[in-house]
Amino acid sequence: MRIRVQSDVFDPGVELNAFSAAVDRAGAVVSFSGLVRDVDGGLQAMEIEHYPGMTEKALGQIRDEAMRRWDLADALIIHRHGALTPGEVIMMVATASRHRKDAFEAADFLMDYLKSRAPFWKKERSGAGADWVAARDEDEDALRRW
Amino acid sequence: MQVLYFAWVRERIGRPREEVQTDAATVAELVEELRGREERYAVALADISALRVALDQELAEFTDSLDGVREVALFPPMTGG
Repeated sequence: MRIRVQSDVFDPGVELNAFSAAVDRAGAVVSFSGLVRDVDGGLQAMEIEHYPGMTEKALGQIRDEAMRRWDLADALIIHRHGALTPGEVIMMVATASRHRKDAFEAADFLMDYLKSRAPFWKKERSGAGADWVAARDEDEDALRRW
Repeated sequence: MQVLYFAWVRERIGRPREEVQTDAATVAELVEELRGREERYAVALADISALRVALDQELAEFTDSLDGVREVALFPPMTGG
C-alpha cells in the first residue's frame, strides 16, 4: 500500500526501512516526516479531519503525478487523522530513484501538493480554546514552482 | 444530491452532511440557495473566497455545473502535511 490514511500511530523509521528494502535499482531514498509542533507553547492536541474517499483519491493522484514527472522507482505517502499530541508524527513521504535529484524534488513536490490539495484540516487545541489552522498564502504560492 | 461540510463550515452549519433537492445549475447557485435557508448557513457560507468545493470528490470551481453531480463538498482551504 503506497497510500495510507490512518488514525493509528506509525514509526517513520520502520516505514522508511521497509520502503528502502523493497525498492530495486534505486540509488537514492529521500524521506520527510511532519510532526505536531508546539511553536508557541501551550498546544495540547491537534485534531486532523479529512474527507474519507476523496483523501485517498487525491493522494493517489498526487503520487501518480510525481511518478510521471520524475524518474522514481517508488513513492510512499502516509498521513494520519484524528487526535494527535505534540511531538507525534502526522505524516511522511518517501521517494526512491536512481539519482538523488529526482528523489529530493519529488518529495518536495509531494509535500507542497499534499499541504494544499489533499482534503485535511487541522485544528489546534490549547488552554485558550480550539482554532482551525488557517491555510497560508505561501503554501498556495509554493505550488507555482511546479 | 448529498452536500458535505468539513472543518469550520461543518461546525458553523452544525451537521456533516445532508440530502439537498435543488434546481441550482452551478455550485455558486447552490451556495446562494443554502445561504437563504437559515442564519447559520448564511454565516458559514458568507465568503465564497474563503471556501473550496469538491464535486464527486474532485476539486472544482464555484462556476462549475452541477449536472450529474451526486456529491458536493464545501470546506475551507486545506491544511494537510
